[in-house]
Amino acid sequence: MIEPNRKGEVWVFAEQEDESLNDVSLELCTKARELADRLGVQMGAVLAGWNVRELSYRLIAHGADRVYHVHDTRLEHYRTMPYARVMCQLITRHRPQIVLYGATPLGRDLAPRIASEMRAGLTADCTDLDLGDYEDKRAKTTHHNLLLQIRPAFGGNIIATIINPDRWPQMATVREGVMRMGEGDARRSGEIIDEKIAFDDFDLAVKLIERHREQRKVNLKGARVIVAGGGGVGSKDNFKLVHELAGALGGAVGASRAAVDGGFIGKEHQIGQTGTTVRPALYVACGISGAVQHRAGMEESAKIIAINWDKDAPIFSVAHYGIVGDIGKVIPMMIEAIRERGTTD
Amino acid sequence: MGYDCVVCVKQVPDTANITGDAMKEDGTVNRAALPTVFNPEDLHALEAALDIRERFGGTVTVITMGPPAACEILRDCLFRGADRAVLVTDRRAAASDTLATSYILSQAVRHLEKFDFVFCGRQAIDGDTAQVGPQLAEKLGLPQITYFEQLIDLDARSARIRRNVGNGWEILETRLPVLITVLDTANEPRPPAARRIMRYKRAQAPVELSKAVADELPDAADAQREEETTRRVKALRAADLAIEQWDLDDIKADLQWCGLNGSPTKVYRIQSIVLTKEGHTEIPATKDGVRRMIHELIVDHTLG
Repeated sequence: MIEPNRKGEVWVFAEQEDESLNDVSLELCTKARELADRLGVQMGAVLAGWNVRELSYRLIAHGADRVYHVHDTRLEHYRTMPYARVMCQLITRHRPQIVLYGATPLGRDLAPRIASEMRAGLTADCTDLDLGDYEDKRAKTTHHNLLLQIRPAFGGNIIATIINPDRWPQMATVREGVMRMGEGDARRSGEIIDEKIAFDDFDLAVKLIERHREQRKVNLKGARVIVAGGGGVGSKDNFKLVHELAGALGGAVGASRAAVDGGFIGKEHQIGQTGTTVRPALYVACGISGAVQHRAGMEESAKIIAINWDKDAPIFSVAHYGIVGDIGKVIPMMIEAIRERGTTD
Repeated sequence: MGYDCVVCVKQVPDTANITGDAMKEDGTVNRAALPTVFNPEDLHALEAALDIRERFGGTVTVITMGPPAACEILRDCLFRGADRAVLVTDRRAAASDTLATSYILSQAVRHLEKFDFVFCGRQAIDGDTAQVGPQLAEKLGLPQITYFEQLIDLDARSARIRRNVGNGWEILETRLPVLITVLDTANEPRPPAARRIMRYKRAQAPVELSKAVADELPDAADAQREEETTRRVKALRAADLAIEQWDLDDIKADLQWCGLNGSPTKVYRIQSIVLTKEGHTEIPATKDGVRRMIHELIVDHTLG
């Protein structure tokens, strides 16, 4: 743990794989930049790997004032313990006040290990971050400008705001796709600081034997918005409407088993118990009746819109917004309403 | 030969079936009002351990930290094949966040004589944080392998494990002991065995026995009740049916790192999401209706 340090920087752990940055790291840079400006401090990114120095410029373009760069063959592919060693040593050395990680499989493996070693607080899967004051009534003190770590909890039934008043750094993992990614400004300047990290035998006790990566064809897990169609869509041709609505919302396309079995779309789009389980910020169910197997894969979505001609369809029981109607009419209306918003903003 | 496996399990509120009075006035979760279940991924952790014992020999010990009611899932573990069950229960452990929880569990695991594997479910459905596994590994000074899918190879000193990393997989080689978190795609948990249910349905922890004695002998003096409880605990131990029960003193936990004191994170605010399971907002299938809905989604930052 480090002592609260008001001058401390706001940091992002820059997640890279095969020399390419994960989008969530740039989303976090955008957010961290905003938080750093509000706090009047600098923003830093930690970039570890082998031959990835070039990526520093993208981090700087997206808001980093400093990139702490660690170049080491032993960091070529992610392994928990050496990466945790990098972060713990750099946190101890530079004492940032906030450290953000993507809530990816990697970030969720790494961040808790660091939090435990630093004996610092960590909030998982945040969907929003803010700053705020906290009055500790027992200690009769007020903590100013703490990181407010906002996340759904309890199966998505509540929204909890978590703080970490005195055992710093304040750390959070943030869901992919929930923060806006800035456009980046290639003219921004920043400093690249080359750091050396010492590893011991224990850090290197786990060896990577074999590694296999698949091209992500359909990224349902990471999608902030999913538009899914079911048997009620009727045909492969009608399913184009689902694709169009997804396009207008910048979301991914999902499907129920009935739509997959009907040949409207490929199985890799299937959501539900036998497909992918998703929990996007917005789920639009079009012509999906809502069998329990499908609901199990999507009911934790933050907001659910159900469109179905059958007012008794079970999908309405998990929906926040229900539209009883023909998707052939309702979807075009939605697309129009979304486009209108684009022009009035 | 053989491997000694520890499995950390948790009884959780059934967040998939939340009822109206789930939240208390002060914004904390009203656990008493909720039905509880065996945390789903912990069943897969248990299965991974039972599988190792079957193939290579060894033992399976399950540990849970929680209120006395958590004995229910410990019995479930015994029904499914666990050799030994431990309840870590102490009021001073209440309000522990993931860091304090992992510290307490680490002290409990250290209290066992020997272990080669520590298994946890990847995450629990009440918090979905997936933090306790990696934090417990760090506290125990063990390597961690998260998202376990398959044991590829195992010998006396090391294990090769395939893990799922979302966009692919990798095979890692680790020394033992190691902490592993298990995904629900790793295996198919075996059901409770009828023969074991017959035997272990009577398994109880001392705290359960003492409550039963208090209910049965409401007018007895404290000393008499205590004596009766001690007698029953001894009888269960003799029959090899005792669920072991440890408090923070038994596991030599430093109170500075337990409960509220040991928890760096604090709840600042809780907002209930209006439960719409029964009543969603009906939007008329008109241009105005749809426009209003999109506007609401922008205002609450779902879109934009």
